[in-house]
Amino acid sequence: MTREKLLEVKNLQKHFAVGKKNTIKAVDGVSFDVYKGETFGLVGESGCGKSTTGRTIIRLYDATGGEVKFNGEDVHGKKNKSQLLKFNRKMQMIFQDPSSSLNPRMTVLDIIAEGLDVHKLVKNDAERKAKVEELLEAVGLNKEHATRFPHEFSGGQRQRIGIARALAVDPEFIIADEPISALDVSIQAQVVNLLKKLQKERGLTYLFIAHDLSMVKYISDRIGVMYMGNLVELAESDELYNNPIHPYTKSLLSAIPLPDPRYERTRKRMPYDPTVHDADGEFELREVTPGHFVRCTAKEFERYQNEQKNK
Amino acid sequence: MSKLLEVKDLKVSFNTYNGEVHAVRGVTFDLNKGETLAIVGESGSGKSVTSNAIMRLLPEPHGYIKEGQILLEGEDIAKKTSKEMQKIRGKDISMVFQDPMSSLNPTMKIGNQIMEGLIKHQNMSKQEARKTALELLTLVGIPRPDVRIDQYPHQFSGGMRQRVVVAIALACNPKILIADEPTTALDVTIQAQILELMKSIQQKTDSAIIFITHDLGVVANVADRVAVMYAGKIVEIGTVDDIFYNPKHPYTWGLIGSMPTLDSSDEELFAIPGSPPNMLTPPVGDAFAPRNQFALEIDTVMEPPMFKVSDTHYAATWLLHPDAPKIEPPDAVKHRMQGFAQTGTKGGGKR
Amino acid sequence: MDKNNLNNIPKDLFVPLVRKEDTSEKISAPSRTFFQDAKRTLLGNKPAVFSMILILFIIIMSIVGPWMNDFGSDEQDLKRAKMPPRVPVLENVSWLGMDGTLSGKFQGKDVQQATAKANARFDNKEEFIDIKVLNKGDGTRNSAEVEATYRIYEAKDMKDTYFWFGSDALGRDQWTRLWEGTRVSLIIAFVAAVLDLVIGVAYGGISAFYGGRVDNVMQRIAEILVGIPNLVIILLMMLVLKPGIISIVIALSITGWIGMSRIVRGEVLKLKNQEFVLASRTLGTSNGTIIRKHLVPNISGIIIINTMFSVPGAIFFEAFLSFIGLGIVPPDASLGSLIDLGFDNLRLYPYMLVFPAIVISVLMIAFNIVGDGLRDAFDPKMHK
Repeated sequence: MTREKLLEVKNLQKHFAVGKKNTIKAVDGVSFDVYKGETFGLVGESGCGKSTTGRTIIRLYDATGGEVKFNGEDVHGKKNKSQLLKFNRKMQMIFQDPSSSLNPRMTVLDIIAEGLDVHKLVKNDAERKAKVEELLEAVGLNKEHATRFPHEFSGGQRQRIGIARALAVDPEFIIADEPISALDVSIQAQVVNLLKKLQKERGLTYLFIAHDLSMVKYISDRIGVMYMGNLVELAESDELYNNPIHPYTKSLLSAIPLPDPRYERTRKRMPYDPTVHDADGEFELREVTPGHFVRCTAKEFERYQNEQKNK
Repeated sequence: MSKLLEVKDLKVSFNTYNGEVHAVRGVTFDLNKGETLAIVGESGSGKSVTSNAIMRLLPEPHGYIKEGQILLEGEDIAKKTSKEMQKIRGKDISMVFQDPMSSLNPTMKIGNQIMEGLIKHQNMSKQEARKTALELLTLVGIPRPDVRIDQYPHQFSGGMRQRVVVAIALACNPKILIADEPTTALDVTIQAQILELMKSIQQKTDSAIIFITHDLGVVANVADRVAVMYAGKIVEIGTVDDIFYNPKHPYTWGLIGSMPTLDSSDEELFAIPGSPPNMLTPPVGDAFAPRNQFALEIDTVMEPPMFKVSDTHYAATWLLHPDAPKIEPPDAVKHRMQGFAQTGTKGGGKR
Repeated sequence: MDKNNLNNIPKDLFVPLVRKEDTSEKISAPSRTFFQDAKRTLLGNKPAVFSMILILFIIIMSIVGPWMNDFGSDEQDLKRAKMPPRVPVLENVSWLGMDGTLSGKFQGKDVQQATAKANARFDNKEEFIDIKVLNKGDGTRNSAEVEATYRIYEAKDMKDTYFWFGSDALGRDQWTRLWEGTRVSLIIAFVAAVLDLVIGVAYGGISAFYGGRVDNVMQRIAEILVGIPNLVIILLMMLVLKPGIISIVIALSITGWIGMSRIVRGEVLKLKNQEFVLASRTLGTSNGTIIRKHLVPNISGIIIINTMFSVPGAIFFEAFLSFIGLGIVPPDASLGSLIDLGFDNLRLYPYMLVFPAIVISVLMIAFNIVGDGLRDAFDPKMHK
């Protein structure tokens, strides 16, 4: 592939200390690349470490080990203030909970303009206001909304304000941490459409973290499936959905209910049993077919390859 | 089929500083023995308020039943005193809530939490109640119930906890089980297990279930009939096949259209624009009109009545009036009406 | 709606709706800020408003009260000691007890003996003592009873003198001393509140915001401080300093702020992981700005409430110390020391206790009601 890598994550680890002795390995050696202009989906169940991965990439947490490179530059190395600010402008984040992601005591104008103020992107108040109004319109809200407070908005509107805040600093890369999980179905579609539109208009790259697999499939070009702090499968989204290889992915896919009663009457769920794996042998992310990676041992790798050939 | 529960023109309001919030504005439906009725709608559409009104769990005196009847086997429970309701709750109607974390008492052994209702409603002795509790835990698929019965909620995982909640709800063989978003807080694989559990229990006990959710996938999985709520009213009601394969209301179209199919990566999702109305001042005419791209002039004047589509299928939209222009659902919705799943199964076959 | 009605709808209504403007994103409710909501809830709370007016009145009186008559707080004159309250105009309303007389009931075996007892009690100035016979008696012990009213102002030839709230055992004007004492109590309360605010908020905020080891060390220090009883600190302070405002303030400042710091710490711990703070950090906002723009506005409500609740606590603490003799020393007065003096003369001159007791009770109750009102006002759930 000749596409330009925007983000490289190599063997990223994040451990949390619990008490004096125990540590929780929330992220335990995750590696993937995100190419410029694509949407990379990260799915998994709660507690699998997908949100921690996102937050570690954007430096909300310090990584325990591993490397994150953005545009070829190491994100987690020592940096001075101006380097950090430059990085903050390029990488932004959209949060999950629209009720807590906006400061209840600030007007929408001040919330969206926060990035503009930090990076001194506007010279005076008139320009600041104009820029915020432009952003509000970009996310489908009216400029009259600028003087209002977050609690006056519905969940979907609040989420769009959060998107406008992230867009204010003209980022290249946006980490969307479960941006639609807390929203109603019809509103989810609004937000997803908006994200897609903005991606087209502004050439954004997304890391889309979610547990709703059908939405992830819809918005992502490639998807990584996480389980217990590890990436277990990574492939183009159509390939992952039509031809899942790892038993966990299969189980996850078979559990999604679809809005189709006839299909639902016949759907069979496949439970995941972690003991099917080889107990001995090194687990590693290996490329079974081109672009389709599965975490497995050498033995399993051979078996998966044979299965794919016989298809 | 016999009618177990009839809700007639139920209106629920909340008094607030700013005025009266009309949360439920005239809901009529009935529930037959052994069936599952799903109520779908956005947050704020009044679906949870409806179920809380049936359980009489409204935060009185702020929230109150303004009008209407709730007939449980012919008896109006809207008029019962709170003492009488205590006997009905848990025994005739019981409820499963969204969050398994907060619906169990963390300082009580789960066995005692199940036995509480048995001892109170069925006058069982402690030994009998414990025996029944063990049976219930086995029924909801908790391994090693004899050990687990003496454990505390924090020793259970989220999915297991929701199973316990279901067991408590089932303890007194209720005629009606109201499940208010019981799987929303759970992961997909756990959700699938709980749904399977509820279906299998329904087959065994023949109780009726009112299932409140906003997830259409879950609806397709569990429901026999579906009621779609918007702004405190039922806008469309019918069998699950009616709603998914022959939806008539533009709001239902919007709901179905906003779900991505598995091969639809190129088209834009058919989203419903805007936000739900403020129920402090419900709009004149059809509440959905401001967000409805197929709205007619009459929508701004008069509220549409329920039009009959078939014996089982009703919808409240002027589009069904004989004088209305014939409007076809948008392509994206039509595409989905053919069956969601076929579109995605081309390649894999297995899933 | 019946069928006929439905068929009678004019056909021209069945045309697609032409929209004049896009109203789907419109917000119909009026815009109101949190503080506007809070203000409205507070002003709607009648007991709280009344209490605020009372507090304001007491504060004003503590400033202007001592100037309203010509007595100084330390003008001793034993000749006019223990004068009862006497207020112009009100002195004509006998049941108010503001008429400048002392009265009492005396018993004896007959009226004569009882009267003699009364005369003995009231300086033997018979011409100023009115005797009213309640019971003539039958000669046995204490069977006769008389009520004696002593016009003490006339007796002491002070017909034009008015001690509004009476005078104390040293002849000082109680009115002047009461308001000066209130002033001292209020000063201590407000200093305590400010210390709470400054030390408590800063300590709790820093401890929570920086977290980790900083938090650990700071919390251990706070635990040690809170473990030392206040009285011990006060007694130790007496060895170094003289009793007085300064030592009370120091004693309060050593431990008084810990409750506040714990509350602030809890709030900040909760807030600093809220997504809007994380969002601000991803934007590159500095710590100072995060504290100033995101944390402080969101904890201001709880800080105000707690300050309000710490004020009556401090007033009471001062009164307690003065009462047991460790606080304000004469000739300075405070509510506590006035109550102490009044308590000594409770049986014979109850007015010396009643007035300071009423003021301290009203102050404490009013501050608590205002605090309660503020708590409701800052609770979003109460903004119906």
